Parts: sequence; structure tokens; C-alpha cells
Amino acid sequence: MALLSTLKEVGNYFREIYQGVASLVNGMKVTGKYFVKPSTIVTQKYPENRAELKMFGNFKGELILIHDENNHHRCNVCNTCARRCPNGSIEVIAKKVVGADGRTKKILDQYIYHLDTCTFCGLCVPACDENALKFDNTFEHAVFDKSKLVKVLNKPGSSSITTNE
Amino acid sequence: MEETLMDLDLKEREEYVINMGPQHPSTHGVLRFETCLQGEKVKWIRPHCGYIHRGIEKMSESLTYPQLVHLTDRMDYLSAHINNEAVALCVENAMGVQVSDRVKYIRTILAELNRIASHQLWWSAFGMDLGALTTFFYGLRDREKILDIFEESTGSRLLQSFITPGGLMADVHPNFQKRTREFITYFRKKLPEYDQLLTGNVIFQERTKGIGYMSLEDAINYGVTGPSGRGSGFHCDIRKIAPYSAYPLVKFNEVTYTQGDTYHRYLVRMREMWESLDIIDQLIDNIPQGPIMLELKAIKPPKGEFYQRVETARGELGVYIVSDGGPTPARIRYRTPNFSNLFIINKIAAEHKIADLVAISGSLDLVIPDIDR
Repeated sequence: MALLSTLKEVGNYFREIYQGVASLVNGMKVTGKYFVKPSTIVTQKYPENRAELKMFGNFKGELILIHDENNHHRCNVCNTCARRCPNGSIEVIAKKVVGADGRTKKILDQYIYHLDTCTFCGLCVPACDENALKFDNTFEHAVFDKSKLVKVLNKPGSSSITTNE
Repeated sequence: MEETLMDLDLKEREEYVINMGPQHPSTHGVLRFETCLQGEKVKWIRPHCGYIHRGIEKMSESLTYPQLVHLTDRMDYLSAHINNEAVALCVENAMGVQVSDRVKYIRTILAELNRIASHQLWWSAFGMDLGALTTFFYGLRDREKILDIFEESTGSRLLQSFITPGGLMADVHPNFQKRTREFITYFRKKLPEYDQLLTGNVIFQERTKGIGYMSLEDAINYGVTGPSGRGSGFHCDIRKIAPYSAYPLVKFNEVTYTQGDTYHRYLVRMREMWESLDIIDQLIDNIPQGPIMLELKAIKPPKGEFYQRVETARGELGVYIVSDGGPTPARIRYRTPNFSNLFIINKIAAEHKIADLVAISGSLDLVIPDIDR
């Protein structure tokens, strides 16, 4: 009887070794399958493929003020986006000018966007009634100096469509 | 736990205290385990949290409801959609408004996709914790498909801030249904590969079976929810016991095991991925038409206290809002799942080897920013 149980133990011992090795081979089958099939590679060579790399249209890269071909933007300095921003990443600085009809008007002087504090919550874009804002698809934001992340979004010499009319 | 460093004669007991973390890779973040060892055996563990405390609850008091949603992404960043949904549901319930069926369907699909993505990353990292580096590549390969779906519709891959009180920030992309359907067929083929790679592996089984036993009583006493609690037979799935959004409309099983060890906490998550695929499968073809945002004049819940709980990928997330009728909450409090799940570790990892501590803390699936908030 003792012999029988010893034999059983020895049998179990070898069976466990066999099952263990079999389980390892089973796992290796998966990796082996992909090793011999290079068509299943999903990684991209990033810095080399920059030319053909295309992001999804909705991707929130950085905020921009939309300018048309005549260098016009649609900001009317209502400040809604700046108030909507949870962390004060937007500063809309207005200046007063005297229009052709002799009345003083507020127009956009500088639209300052702090990319360094922006959390990309996306509240500013739907907040704008004029649809003047959108998110661009750029994503390479690394710079050596933090001050470079503070951007003026209105292009030099640009003017608002609403002030021109 | 009663002993302190001062009163125990470490040399006599041959015990020594080491710190695991706050920069240890297998704590998955800045968490410190003050660990007392006797040889290789763990005597007790004191978790120290607070290294990534950002004061989200206090910060939220000065933000309006739509604004504070984006902070909830940064708690449990692997269930960002579900965290957003929790706040959105709480505010909507407080105001007594109902979102359209379309919003409910989309929210549920996004939440389940998020749950799968979270479990995929957990599976990858768990394998890596136990020395199987290959799992990391396989898990992230499939997670990428979900992140692409998110990126196309919401504009972000990880911290979406897409679900907002009153509906959604925007409608989903026209490709959303097609891509999600493709993902379901794709991932149903790939999930058996996960089992083949890791679940049956003898080294993995030896390191997880019977390790870190958590009894049902402990799970309830410590408030361990989510897959970690369900591995011990705790029926704590909020999607079943207090259904919200589109969950009353779908059929799915609550995955529970009664064994309560690391291996069965692992199995719960593996089977939950199948269940999540089934939920998405039932919803994706029947998304009804409807408005994606309610026409609300102002998001101001009435004066009072409101509570809403949802099931994130890690357990029960509760949102408690005290409103004084203004546009910002007077007090907001989050009952985060990881905070409760963490503190059981002293109970279940004691008397195990130090290498098992890595397996046990991995099986609890801790996200540290969610603990500290």
C-alpha cells in the first residue's frame, strides 16, 4: 500500500512537470505565431513617418483662433471662453478704438492662450457663439522654455470680421 | 499594527522595516508601503498615501459643475468616462432631468469600452509585475484600438471629459458604430490568446493560486468593491444592484467567485471583459436618435444633498454633492474605490513572501491618483 502511494506521488510529480512544460509551450505558440508573421506588426516608426502621420480630425492638440484667407478672425471679445475655462488658460485682452462713425469700439488686441496650463477639457470651443475657436491637430508641444507655451493666437495684422463690417 | 518602530526590538525578532515605494514600479504610482519583513516574510504593511494629493474636492468647490467634470478624469484616469458619468448623473438627478436615450446608450457603450481598456492595461501590467513582459505588448496592442475609438469621437485618448452634466460634449463620430463593431469581432478573437499566454501558464498559476486570500467578511468590512471584492463572492456590482443609464436594458452576468485569492480576482476581470463585450454588442446596433445635450438654462442643482454611485473598472465610485443652489457645489466628496481597496493589503498580504506582495497589490488593481484625489 505504501509502495502504491509512493508510486502515485512520483507519477504526480512527473505529470506536474509535464503539464508545466506543456503550458509554457502553449504560451510560446502565441508568441511564435506572431514571430513568424511580420504582417501582424502594429507598431509605427514614429519620427520617420511624420510626413504621412495623420491624426483624427477631432483630436484636441492645441487651441487656435480660426483665421480666413483675408486674415480675419471671428472673435468679438465677449470673454465667454475665458470665463468658461476652469484654469484660466485663456486671456482675452481688448483695446478701444474709435471707429469710422466716431463711436468707440472694443476690439481684440491679444488673444493669449496658456498651453502650459491647458487641460484640454474642451469647454471653450462650444462656449463660443461665433465659432471662432477650434482645436488643431498638432501634438509635438515639447519645448525647452516654458514661456514658449504662452501663445498669442491672433495673427499679426489680423482683424475681426465683425469690426470690418 | 499596534507595534511602532520605537517599541519593537527589531534585532531580537530579526525583523526589519523597508519602504516599498513611493517610486517602486510595481506600486503603479507614488504609493509607499512601509513593510516589515522577517527574512523574506511580510509581517505587516502600512500603506502611506498622499504623495499625489491635489485637493480635487476642494478645487471643485470653486468650479462650476461642467468645469469640475474634467478634474474627475484625473482621479481614476483609466476609467475617465465612468468618473465623468458619475458626476453627470449626480447633477442630473439633483436637477430632476432625464437625458435622451441616445445619450444613455452612448454613455454606456463608452463606459464599457473604458472598462475593457482598463482591464487590458491591468492585465498587461499584472503580467509584467509577475515577470511576463510579453503580456504588456499584447495588452497594449488591443487597447490601442479602443483608444482610437475614443480619440476619433472625443478628441482625447485618456482624459476625455466627454460626458458632461446634461449630455455629451459632442455627438459621436459617424465611424463610431463601425469601429466599435470591428473591435468587438477583433477582440473576441484575441481574448482567448490572453488565456493561452498567461492564464494557463504554470509559473503564473503557482504565483497566484492561494495567494492573498480575502474572505467575504473582510471584503465587506473593508468596503472592497469591484472585481477585487467580487473575487471573494461579494455581490457589489452597482450595474446590477442600482442600475443606471442603459444598464437596465441589457442582459449580462455579474461575475463572482468565492475563492477570494489572487488568481480568482484575476479571473473576475478576464470574464468581465467578455461580459462588457456582450453589453456593447447588445447596444451598439440600436443607438436611438435624439438630442445629445439637454437645453438647460443654467446648471444649478437645488439646495440639498445628493448622492450617486456608479461601477468603475475598480469598484464603486460615489459622488456626494452638497448644493446651496448656486452654480458651484458647496461641498463635493468622492468615495473612490481604490482608497477602500488599498487598506485591505495589510490583512491579505501578511505572512506571505515579499514577492507575493507584488502579485497581491497587482491583483487589487490600484490606481494611485484615485486614492489620493
